[in-house]
Amino acid sequence: MKRKLLLIFAFIGMISVTTVKAQDDLMAMLNQGEKPSIDYTTATFKSTHIIIGQSIETAPTGNLNFVITHHFGALNSGYENLFGLKQAAIRLGLEYGVTRWLGVAVGINTDKNTWDGSAKIKLLRQCKGAKHMPVTVDIFGNTAIYTTKFTDPTRTNYFSSRLSYAVQLLVARKFGNSLSLQITPSYVHKNMVPMADDKNDIFTLGGGGRLKLSQRVSINAEYHHLFPKQVVSTKSYDSFSFGVDIETGGHVFQIFLTNSYGEYEQTYLTETRGKWSNGNIFLGFNINRMFTIVNHKMAKE
Amino acid sequence: MRTNSLILILVTLLSFSAGAQKFITKTGHIKFYSDGAVEKIEAHNRQVSSMLDAATGQFVFKVLLKSFEFEKALMQEHFNENYVESDKFPDSKFIGNVTNIKEINVAKDGSYDAQVDGMLTLHGVTNHVKTKGTFEVKQGKLVGKAKFTITLADYKITIPGAVVNSISKTVDISVDITLDKAN
Repeated sequence: MKRKLLLIFAFIGMISVTTVKAQDDLMAMLNQGEKPSIDYTTATFKSTHIIIGQSIETAPTGNLNFVITHHFGALNSGYENLFGLKQAAIRLGLEYGVTRWLGVAVGINTDKNTWDGSAKIKLLRQCKGAKHMPVTVDIFGNTAIYTTKFTDPTRTNYFSSRLSYAVQLLVARKFGNSLSLQITPSYVHKNMVPMADDKNDIFTLGGGGRLKLSQRVSINAEYHHLFPKQVVSTKSYDSFSFGVDIETGGHVFQIFLTNSYGEYEQTYLTETRGKWSNGNIFLGFNINRMFTIVNHKMAKE
Repeated sequence: MRTNSLILILVTLLSFSAGAQKFITKTGHIKFYSDGAVEKIEAHNRQVSSMLDAATGQFVFKVLLKSFEFEKALMQEHFNENYVESDKFPDSKFIGNVTNIKEINVAKDGSYDAQVDGMLTLHGVTNHVKTKGTFEVKQGKLVGKAKFTITLADYKITIPGAVVNSISKTVDISVDITLDKAN
Protein backbone atom coordinates (compact mmCIF):
# COMPACT_ATOMS: atom_id res chain seq x y z
CA MET A 1 0.00 0.00 0.00
CA LYS A 2 2.71 2.40 1.09
CA ARG A 3 4.73 1.53 -1.95
CA LYS A 4 1.73 2.07 -4.21
CA LEU A 5 1.09 5.53 -2.73
CA LEU A 6 4.73 6.44 -3.14
CA LEU A 7 4.57 5.34 -6.75
CA ILE A 8 1.48 7.48 -7.37
CA PHE A 9 3.11 10.52 -5.78
CA ALA A 10 6.25 9.99 -7.81
CA PHE A 11 4.13 9.70 -10.93
CA ILE A 12 2.19 12.92 -10.18
CA GLY A 13 5.49 14.66 -9.42
CA MET A 14 6.95 13.56 -12.72
CA ILE A 15 3.91 14.77 -14.65
CA SER A 16 3.87 18.20 -13.04
CA VAL A 17 7.62 18.61 -13.60
CA THR A 18 7.28 17.73 -17.27
CA THR A 19 4.27 20.04 -17.67
CA VAL A 20 6.03 23.06 -16.18
CA LYS A 21 9.14 22.28 -18.16
CA ALA A 22 7.16 21.90 -21.37
CA GLN A 23 5.50 25.27 -20.86
CA ASP A 24 8.84 26.92 -20.21
CA ASP A 25 10.10 25.26 -23.37
CA LEU A 26 7.09 26.57 -25.26
CA MET A 27 7.82 30.11 -23.98
CA ALA A 28 11.51 29.64 -24.86
CA MET A 29 10.56 28.51 -28.36
CA LEU A 30 8.34 31.56 -28.66
CA ASN A 31 11.20 33.86 -27.67
CA GLN A 32 13.49 32.13 -30.14
CA GLY A 33 14.16 34.00 -33.33
CA GLU A 34 12.45 37.05 -31.90
CA LYS A 35 13.61 40.15 -33.67
CA PRO A 36 15.03 42.56 -31.09
CA SER A 37 13.02 45.77 -31.33
CA ILE A 38 14.16 49.35 -30.84
CA ASP A 39 12.97 50.63 -27.49
CA TYR A 40 12.65 54.41 -27.73
CA THR A 41 12.66 56.42 -24.53
CA THR A 42 9.42 58.27 -23.91
CA ALA A 43 8.45 61.12 -21.60
CA THR A 44 11.95 62.40 -20.82
CA PHE A 45 10.12 65.53 -19.71
CA LYS A 46 6.41 65.94 -19.14
CA SER A 47 6.14 69.13 -21.10
CA THR A 48 7.79 71.03 -23.93
CA HIS A 49 9.44 73.33 -21.37
CA ILE A 50 11.63 72.19 -18.46
CA ILE A 51 10.43 75.31 -16.64
CA ILE A 52 10.93 78.48 -18.66
CA GLY A 53 13.26 77.03 -21.28
CA GLN A 54 12.70 74.45 -24.00
CA SER A 55 12.90 70.75 -23.26
CA ILE A 56 13.58 68.11 -25.93
CA GLU A 57 9.87 67.28 -26.00
CA THR A 58 7.56 68.35 -28.80
CA ALA A 59 3.81 67.91 -29.06
CA PRO A 60 3.06 64.38 -30.35
CA THR A 61 2.24 64.13 -34.06
CA GLY A 62 -1.16 65.65 -34.78
CA ASN A 63 -1.43 67.17 -31.31
CA LEU A 64 -1.76 70.83 -30.39
CA ASN A 65 -0.35 71.99 -27.09
CA PHE A 66 -1.76 75.23 -25.72
CA VAL A 67 0.69 76.79 -23.27
CA ILE A 68 -0.26 79.61 -20.95
CA THR A 69 2.82 81.08 -19.30
CA HIS A 70 2.33 83.50 -16.45
CA HIS A 71 4.98 85.29 -14.39
CA PHE A 72 3.81 87.51 -11.53
CA GLY A 73 5.70 90.61 -10.42
CA ALA A 74 8.68 90.58 -8.04
CA LEU A 75 8.16 88.86 -4.68
CA ASN A 76 10.13 91.66 -2.93
CA SER A 77 7.89 94.43 -4.30
CA GLY A 78 6.08 94.71 -0.97
CA TYR A 79 2.50 94.61 0.27
CA GLU A 80 1.61 97.68 -1.83
CA ASN A 81 2.02 95.46 -4.89
CA LEU A 82 0.69 92.36 -3.09
CA PHE A 83 4.17 90.83 -3.46
CA GLY A 84 3.94 90.90 -7.21
CA LEU A 85 0.38 89.69 -7.66
CA LYS A 86 -0.70 93.02 -9.18
CA GLN A 87 1.66 92.66 -12.09
CA ALA A 88 2.07 89.98 -14.70
CA ALA A 89 3.82 88.99 -17.89
CA ILE A 90 1.86 86.53 -19.97
CA ARG A 91 2.72 84.47 -23.01
CA LEU A 92 0.15 82.43 -24.90
CA GLY A 93 1.66 79.78 -27.11
CA LEU A 94 0.41 77.15 -29.54
CA GLU A 95 2.69 74.25 -30.33
CA TYR A 96 1.87 71.66 -32.97
CA GLY A 97 3.49 68.30 -33.65
CA VAL A 98 3.83 68.09 -37.44
CA THR A 99 5.75 64.81 -37.39
CA ARG A 100 7.56 62.79 -34.78
CA TRP A 101 10.69 64.87 -35.45
CA LEU A 102 9.25 68.33 -36.12
CA GLY A 103 7.34 70.67 -33.84
CA VAL A 104 6.34 74.23 -34.72
CA ALA A 105 5.06 76.96 -32.43
CA VAL A 106 3.79 80.53 -32.31
CA GLY A 107 3.37 82.75 -29.30
CA ILE A 108 2.40 86.23 -28.17
CA ASN A 109 4.02 87.83 -25.17
CA THR A 110 2.86 90.88 -23.22
CA ASP A 111 6.48 92.05 -22.95
CA LYS A 112 6.71 94.67 -25.74
CA ASN A 113 3.87 92.81 -27.53
CA THR A 114 6.34 90.31 -28.85
CA TRP A 115 5.33 87.62 -31.32
CA ASP A 116 7.52 84.61 -31.70
CA GLY A 117 7.60 81.73 -34.12
CA SER A 118 9.76 78.67 -33.64
CA ALA A 119 10.63 75.19 -34.81
CA LYS A 120 12.10 72.29 -32.89
CA ILE A 121 13.69 69.46 -34.85
CA LYS A 122 14.57 66.10 -33.35
CA LEU A 123 17.99 64.99 -34.61
CA LEU A 124 18.58 61.93 -32.40
CA ARG A 125 16.26 59.87 -30.21
CA GLN A 126 17.42 58.08 -27.08
CA CYS A 127 16.84 54.35 -27.45
CA LYS A 128 18.05 50.93 -26.47
CA GLY A 129 17.51 47.41 -27.73
CA ALA A 130 18.26 46.76 -31.40
CA LYS A 131 19.70 50.25 -31.69
CA HIS A 132 21.52 52.18 -29.00
CA MET A 133 21.54 55.94 -28.56
CA PRO A 134 22.40 57.45 -25.17
CA VAL A 135 20.79 60.86 -25.68
CA THR A 136 18.01 62.70 -27.44
CA VAL A 137 19.21 65.75 -29.39
CA ASP A 138 17.01 68.56 -30.71
CA ILE A 139 17.80 71.81 -32.42
CA PHE A 140 15.51 74.69 -31.59
CA GLY A 141 15.30 78.00 -33.42
CA ASN A 142 13.02 81.00 -33.05
CA THR A 143 12.43 84.48 -34.38
CA ALA A 144 10.90 87.16 -32.19
CA ILE A 145 9.35 90.45 -33.31
CA TYR A 146 8.41 93.15 -30.84
CA THR A 147 5.52 95.24 -32.07
CA THR A 148 5.24 98.18 -29.65
CA LYS A 149 6.21 101.68 -30.91
CA PHE A 150 9.90 102.43 -31.29
CA THR A 151 11.27 104.10 -28.17
CA ASP A 152 12.92 106.91 -30.13
CA PRO A 153 10.67 107.85 -33.08
CA THR A 154 12.89 110.79 -34.06
CA ARG A 155 15.62 108.69 -35.55
CA THR A 156 15.44 106.40 -38.57
CA ASN A 157 14.04 103.11 -37.38
CA TYR A 158 14.24 99.96 -39.46
CA PHE A 159 11.79 97.08 -39.28
CA SER A 160 14.73 94.71 -38.89
CA SER A 161 15.54 96.35 -35.54
CA ARG A 162 12.46 94.64 -34.14
CA LEU A 163 13.85 91.19 -34.87
CA SER A 164 15.91 88.88 -32.74
CA TYR A 165 16.74 85.20 -33.03
CA ALA A 166 17.70 82.32 -30.79
CA VAL A 167 19.18 78.93 -31.62
CA GLN A 168 19.56 76.20 -29.01
CA LEU A 169 20.95 72.70 -28.99
CA LEU A 170 18.99 70.53 -26.58
CA VAL A 171 20.78 67.39 -25.40
CA ALA A 172 18.92 65.25 -22.88
CA ARG A 173 19.09 61.85 -21.30
CA LYS A 174 16.53 60.02 -19.21
CA PHE A 175 18.32 58.00 -16.52
CA GLY A 176 16.06 55.15 -15.49
CA ASN A 177 12.49 56.03 -14.77
CA SER A 178 12.71 59.09 -12.58
CA LEU A 179 15.68 61.29 -13.46
CA SER A 180 16.11 63.30 -16.67
CA LEU A 181 18.88 65.81 -17.36
CA GLN A 182 19.42 68.24 -20.21
CA ILE A 183 22.29 70.44 -21.40
CA THR A 184 21.33 73.52 -23.38
CA PRO A 185 23.92 75.67 -25.17
CA SER A 186 22.23 78.73 -26.67
CA TYR A 187 23.02 81.45 -29.16
CA VAL A 188 21.01 84.67 -29.36
CA HIS A 189 21.31 87.26 -32.09
CA LYS A 190 19.73 90.70 -31.65
CA ASN A 191 19.63 93.02 -34.63
CA MET A 192 19.40 95.98 -32.28
CA VAL A 193 21.12 96.29 -28.89
CA PRO A 194 20.88 99.26 -26.45
CA MET A 195 24.53 100.39 -26.60
CA ALA A 196 27.49 99.97 -28.92
CA ASP A 197 29.36 97.97 -26.24
CA ASP A 198 26.58 95.39 -26.08
CA LYS A 199 27.17 92.39 -28.27
CA ASN A 200 24.70 91.46 -30.99
CA ASP A 201 25.72 87.81 -30.72
CA ILE A 202 25.31 86.37 -27.25
CA PHE A 203 26.25 82.90 -26.03
CA THR A 204 24.94 81.10 -22.96
CA LEU A 205 25.32 77.60 -21.54
CA GLY A 206 22.66 76.05 -19.40
CA GLY A 207 20.70 73.01 -18.53
CA GLY A 208 18.07 71.55 -16.36
CA GLY A 209 16.48 68.44 -15.08
CA ARG A 210 13.56 66.79 -13.45
CA LEU A 211 13.24 64.27 -10.67
CA LYS A 212 10.00 62.32 -10.44
CA LEU A 213 8.56 62.17 -6.93
CA SER A 214 5.59 60.06 -7.98
CA GLN A 215 4.03 58.87 -11.23
CA ARG A 216 2.55 62.32 -11.80
CA VAL A 217 4.59 64.82 -9.79
CA SER A 218 8.17 65.91 -10.37
CA ILE A 219 10.49 68.65 -9.17
CA ASN A 220 12.34 70.56 -11.86
CA ALA A 221 15.26 72.97 -11.95
CA GLU A 222 16.81 75.00 -14.73
CA TYR A 223 19.87 77.23 -15.02
CA HIS A 224 21.42 79.32 -17.81
CA HIS A 225 24.84 80.93 -17.52
CA LEU A 226 25.36 84.14 -19.47
CA PHE A 227 29.04 84.47 -20.39
CA PRO A 228 30.49 87.84 -19.29
CA LYS A 229 31.26 90.92 -21.46
CA GLN A 230 28.29 90.34 -23.77
CA VAL A 231 25.48 92.27 -22.10
CA VAL A 232 27.21 95.30 -20.52
CA SER A 233 24.96 98.40 -20.61
CA THR A 234 22.42 96.78 -18.28
CA LYS A 235 22.96 94.13 -15.65
CA SER A 236 21.72 90.68 -16.64
CA TYR A 237 22.06 87.79 -14.20
CA ASP A 238 22.19 84.06 -14.80
CA SER A 239 18.69 82.64 -14.99
CA PHE A 240 17.69 80.12 -12.34
CA SER A 241 14.29 78.54 -11.93
CA PHE A 242 12.96 75.91 -9.58
CA GLY A 243 9.53 74.33 -9.53
CA VAL A 244 7.07 71.47 -9.54
CA ASP A 245 5.33 69.67 -12.43
CA ILE A 246 1.90 68.22 -11.76
CA GLU A 247 0.31 66.08 -14.43
CA THR A 248 -3.41 65.39 -14.56
CA GLY A 249 -4.59 63.53 -17.66
CA GLY A 250 -4.60 66.11 -20.46
CA HIS A 251 -2.98 68.93 -18.47
CA VAL A 252 0.48 69.54 -17.12
CA PHE A 253 0.73 72.30 -14.52
CA GLN A 254 4.13 73.78 -13.78
CA ILE A 255 4.47 76.06 -10.76
CA PHE A 256 7.83 77.68 -10.10
CA LEU A 257 9.99 80.48 -8.80
CA THR A 258 12.38 82.21 -11.20
CA ASN A 259 14.54 85.31 -11.40
CA SER A 260 13.61 85.75 -15.08
CA TYR A 261 10.62 87.93 -15.80
CA GLY A 262 10.97 87.22 -19.52
CA GLU A 263 9.18 84.27 -21.03
CA TYR A 264 10.92 83.59 -24.31
CA GLU A 265 14.54 82.67 -25.07
CA GLN A 266 15.90 86.12 -25.96
CA THR A 267 14.63 87.61 -22.69
CA TYR A 268 15.33 84.92 -20.10
CA LEU A 269 18.79 84.24 -21.53
CA THR A 270 20.03 87.82 -21.91
CA GLU A 271 17.64 90.09 -19.96
CA THR A 272 17.29 88.45 -16.56
CA ARG A 273 17.09 91.40 -14.19
CA GLY A 274 16.06 89.60 -11.05
CA LYS A 275 18.51 88.52 -8.37
CA TRP A 276 17.72 85.54 -6.13
CA SER A 277 19.65 86.92 -3.12
CA ASN A 278 17.51 90.10 -3.12
CA GLY A 279 14.26 88.22 -3.32
CA ASN A 280 13.85 89.88 -6.68
CA ILE A 281 12.25 86.74 -8.01
CA PHE A 282 8.94 85.91 -9.61
CA LEU A 283 6.26 83.35 -8.92
CA GLY A 284 5.09 81.79 -12.14
CA PHE A 285 3.13 78.99 -13.69
CA ASN A 286 2.70 77.25 -17.04
CA ILE A 287 -0.49 75.47 -17.97
CA ASN A 288 -0.08 72.95 -20.77
CA ARG A 289 -3.28 71.64 -22.35
CA MET A 290 -2.95 69.02 -25.07
CA PHE A 291 -5.58 68.76 -27.82
CA THR A 292 -5.63 65.83 -30.22
CA ILE A 293 -6.27 67.29 -33.68
CA VAL A 294 -5.48 64.29 -35.84
CA ASN A 295 -6.16 60.91 -34.26
CA HIS A 296 -3.50 58.29 -34.64
CA LYS A 297 -4.60 55.99 -37.46
CA MET A 298 -5.36 52.53 -36.20
CA ALA A 299 -6.30 49.71 -38.49
CA LYS A 300 -9.70 48.52 -37.29
CA GLU A 301 -10.41 44.84 -37.26
CA MET B 1 26.36 1.57 -31.23
CA ARG B 2 23.31 0.19 -32.89
CA THR B 3 21.11 0.85 -29.85
CA ASN B 4 22.50 4.38 -29.63
CA SER B 5 21.59 5.24 -33.18
CA LEU B 6 18.21 3.64 -32.69
CA ILE B 7 17.59 5.89 -29.68
CA LEU B 8 18.79 8.88 -31.66
CA ILE B 9 16.39 8.09 -34.48
CA LEU B 10 13.58 7.52 -32.02
CA VAL B 11 14.25 10.80 -30.23
CA THR B 12 14.44 12.66 -33.51
CA LEU B 13 11.21 11.11 -34.66
CA LEU B 14 9.53 11.85 -31.36
CA SER B 15 10.61 15.47 -31.31
CA PHE B 16 9.60 15.79 -34.94
CA SER B 17 6.13 14.46 -34.26
CA ALA B 18 5.89 16.72 -31.22
CA GLY B 19 7.02 19.68 -33.35
CA ALA B 20 4.36 18.95 -35.92
CA GLN B 21 1.74 19.44 -33.24
CA LYS B 22 2.89 22.95 -32.39
CA PHE B 23 1.27 26.08 -33.74
CA ILE B 24 2.74 29.57 -33.63
CA THR B 25 2.12 33.22 -34.50
CA LYS B 26 4.09 36.46 -34.09
CA THR B 27 1.37 38.72 -35.43
CA GLY B 28 -1.58 38.00 -33.21
CA HIS B 29 -3.99 40.76 -32.36
CA ILE B 30 -5.03 41.85 -28.89
CA LYS B 31 -7.45 44.70 -28.39
CA PHE B 32 -8.19 46.29 -25.09
CA TYR B 33 -11.19 48.40 -24.47
CA SER B 34 -12.31 50.24 -21.40
CA ASP B 35 -15.48 52.25 -21.32
CA GLY B 36 -15.30 54.80 -18.52
CA ALA B 37 -17.69 57.62 -17.71
CA VAL B 38 -15.53 60.19 -19.50
CA GLU B 39 -12.75 58.37 -21.31
CA LYS B 40 -13.26 55.49 -23.70
CA ILE B 41 -9.89 53.89 -24.14
CA GLU B 42 -9.12 51.52 -26.98
CA ALA B 43 -5.76 50.11 -27.97
CA HIS B 44 -4.53 47.53 -30.43
CA ASN B 45 -1.47 45.35 -30.44
CA ARG B 46 -0.77 43.43 -33.63
CA GLN B 47 2.58 41.96 -32.63
CA VAL B 48 1.36 39.34 -30.19
CA SER B 49 3.38 36.13 -30.03
CA SER B 50 1.60 32.94 -29.13
CA MET B 51 2.24 29.23 -29.26
CA LEU B 52 -0.01 26.22 -28.82
CA ASP B 53 1.03 22.62 -28.36
CA ALA B 54 -1.98 20.79 -29.80
CA ALA B 55 -0.81 17.47 -28.35
CA THR B 56 -0.81 18.62 -24.73
CA GLY B 57 -2.97 21.75 -24.85
CA GLN B 58 -0.18 23.95 -23.52
CA PHE B 59 -0.78 27.52 -24.60
CA VAL B 60 1.45 30.59 -24.12
CA PHE B 61 1.26 34.27 -25.03
CA LYS B 62 3.74 37.13 -24.94
CA VAL B 63 2.80 40.76 -25.50
CA LEU B 64 5.16 43.75 -25.66
CA LEU B 65 3.30 46.54 -23.90
CA LYS B 66 5.01 49.31 -25.88
CA SER B 67 3.47 47.83 -29.05
CA PHE B 68 -0.04 48.84 -28.01
CA GLU B 69 -1.27 51.62 -30.27
CA PHE B 70 -3.77 54.19 -29.06
CA GLU B 71 -5.78 56.77 -30.95
CA LYS B 72 -4.47 59.55 -28.72
CA ALA B 73 -0.70 59.86 -28.34
CA LEU B 74 -1.08 61.17 -24.80
CA MET B 75 -3.04 58.07 -23.78
CA GLN B 76 -0.27 55.87 -25.12
CA GLU B 77 2.31 57.84 -23.15
CA HIS B 78 0.26 57.64 -19.95
CA PHE B 79 -0.42 53.92 -20.47
CA ASN B 80 3.31 53.16 -20.70
CA GLU B 81 4.58 55.75 -18.26
CA ASN B 82 1.97 55.82 -15.50
CA TYR B 83 -0.18 52.70 -15.65
CA VAL B 84 1.67 49.57 -16.81
CA GLU B 85 5.17 51.09 -16.32
CA SER B 86 6.53 49.39 -19.42
CA ASP B 87 10.11 50.48 -18.67
CA LYS B 88 10.04 48.28 -15.57
CA PHE B 89 7.71 45.58 -16.92
CA PRO B 90 8.18 45.52 -20.70
CA ASP B 91 5.96 42.55 -21.46
CA SER B 92 2.90 40.67 -20.34
CA LYS B 93 2.83 36.85 -20.41
CA PHE B 94 0.19 34.18 -20.29
CA ILE B 95 1.14 30.59 -19.48
CA GLY B 96 -1.70 28.12 -19.48
CA ASN B 97 -3.64 25.36 -21.13
CA VAL B 98 -6.48 24.66 -23.47
CA THR B 99 -8.09 22.27 -21.01
CA ASN B 100 -10.39 20.59 -23.52
CA ILE B 101 -7.71 20.14 -26.21
CA LYS B 102 -8.83 16.51 -26.69
CA GLU B 103 -12.09 17.79 -28.17
CA ILE B 104 -10.26 19.88 -30.77
CA ASN B 105 -9.18 18.02 -33.88
CA VAL B 106 -6.54 20.18 -35.51
CA ALA B 107 -6.54 17.88 -38.55
CA LYS B 108 -10.18 18.47 -39.33
CA ASP B 109 -11.66 21.79 -40.49
CA GLY B 110 -14.38 23.14 -38.27
CA SER B 111 -15.18 25.34 -35.33
CA TYR B 112 -14.48 24.19 -31.79
CA ASP B 113 -15.17 25.63 -28.35
CA ALA B 114 -12.07 26.08 -26.26
CA GLN B 115 -11.63 26.32 -22.50
CA VAL B 116 -8.53 28.31 -21.62
CA ASP B 117 -7.08 28.35 -18.14
CA GLY B 118 -3.78 29.77 -16.93
CA MET B 119 -1.70 32.46 -15.28
CA LEU B 120 -1.51 36.00 -16.65
CA THR B 121 1.42 38.20 -15.65
CA LEU B 122 1.03 41.95 -16.08
CA HIS B 123 2.76 44.84 -14.27
CA GLY B 124 4.79 42.27 -12.29
CA VAL B 125 1.66 40.62 -10.84
CA THR B 126 0.44 37.13 -11.75
CA ASN B 127 -3.22 36.17 -11.56
CA HIS B 128 -5.32 33.19 -12.54
CA VAL B 129 -7.37 33.74 -15.70
CA LYS B 130 -10.04 31.45 -17.10
CA THR B 131 -12.07 32.06 -20.22
CA LYS B 132 -14.01 30.43 -23.03
CA GLY B 133 -13.12 30.97 -26.64
CA THR B 134 -13.25 29.33 -30.03
CA PHE B 135 -10.76 27.68 -32.32
CA GLU B 136 -11.50 27.48 -36.00
CA VAL B 137 -9.46 24.96 -37.92
CA LYS B 138 -9.12 26.04 -41.51
CA GLN B 139 -6.68 24.56 -44.02
CA GLY B 140 -4.12 23.65 -41.41
CA LYS B 141 -4.40 27.01 -39.66
CA LEU B 142 -5.88 27.65 -36.27
CA VAL B 143 -7.87 30.83 -35.72
CA GLY B 144 -8.32 31.43 -32.00
CA LYS B 145 -10.68 33.99 -30.51
CA ALA B 146 -11.42 34.79 -26.89
CA LYS B 147 -12.63 37.60 -24.66
CA PHE B 148 -12.09 38.20 -20.99
CA THR B 149 -12.11 41.03 -18.48
CA ILE B 150 -9.40 42.00 -16.05
CA THR B 151 -9.62 44.32 -13.05
CA LEU B 152 -6.77 46.84 -12.95
CA ALA B 153 -6.48 46.69 -9.16
CA ASP B 154 -5.72 42.93 -9.36
CA TYR B 155 -2.51 43.86 -11.18
CA LYS B 156 -1.64 46.74 -8.84
CA ILE B 157 -2.36 49.26 -11.60
CA THR B 158 -3.63 52.32 -9.75
CA ILE B 159 -5.91 54.99 -11.12
CA PRO B 160 -5.08 58.43 -9.69
CA GLY B 161 -7.72 60.15 -7.57
CA ALA B 162 -8.20 62.98 -10.07
CA VAL B 163 -9.50 60.65 -12.82
CA VAL B 164 -10.83 57.77 -10.72
CA ASN B 165 -14.42 58.54 -11.73
CA SER B 166 -13.74 59.17 -15.39
CA ILE B 167 -11.99 55.96 -16.39
CA SER B 168 -13.08 52.36 -15.97
CA LYS B 169 -11.63 50.08 -13.31
CA THR B 170 -11.88 47.05 -15.59
CA VAL B 171 -10.55 46.40 -19.07
CA ASP B 172 -12.06 44.12 -21.70
CA ILE B 173 -9.47 42.12 -23.59
CA SER B 174 -10.19 40.57 -26.99
CA VAL B 175 -7.75 38.09 -28.45
CA ASP B 176 -7.69 37.22 -32.13
CA ILE B 177 -4.84 35.05 -33.38
CA THR B 178 -4.12 33.00 -36.47
CA LEU B 179 -1.72 30.20 -35.60
CA ASP B 180 0.36 28.50 -38.28
CA LYS B 181 2.04 25.13 -37.99
CA ALA B 182 5.47 25.58 -36.39
CA ASN B 183 8.40 24.02 -38.20
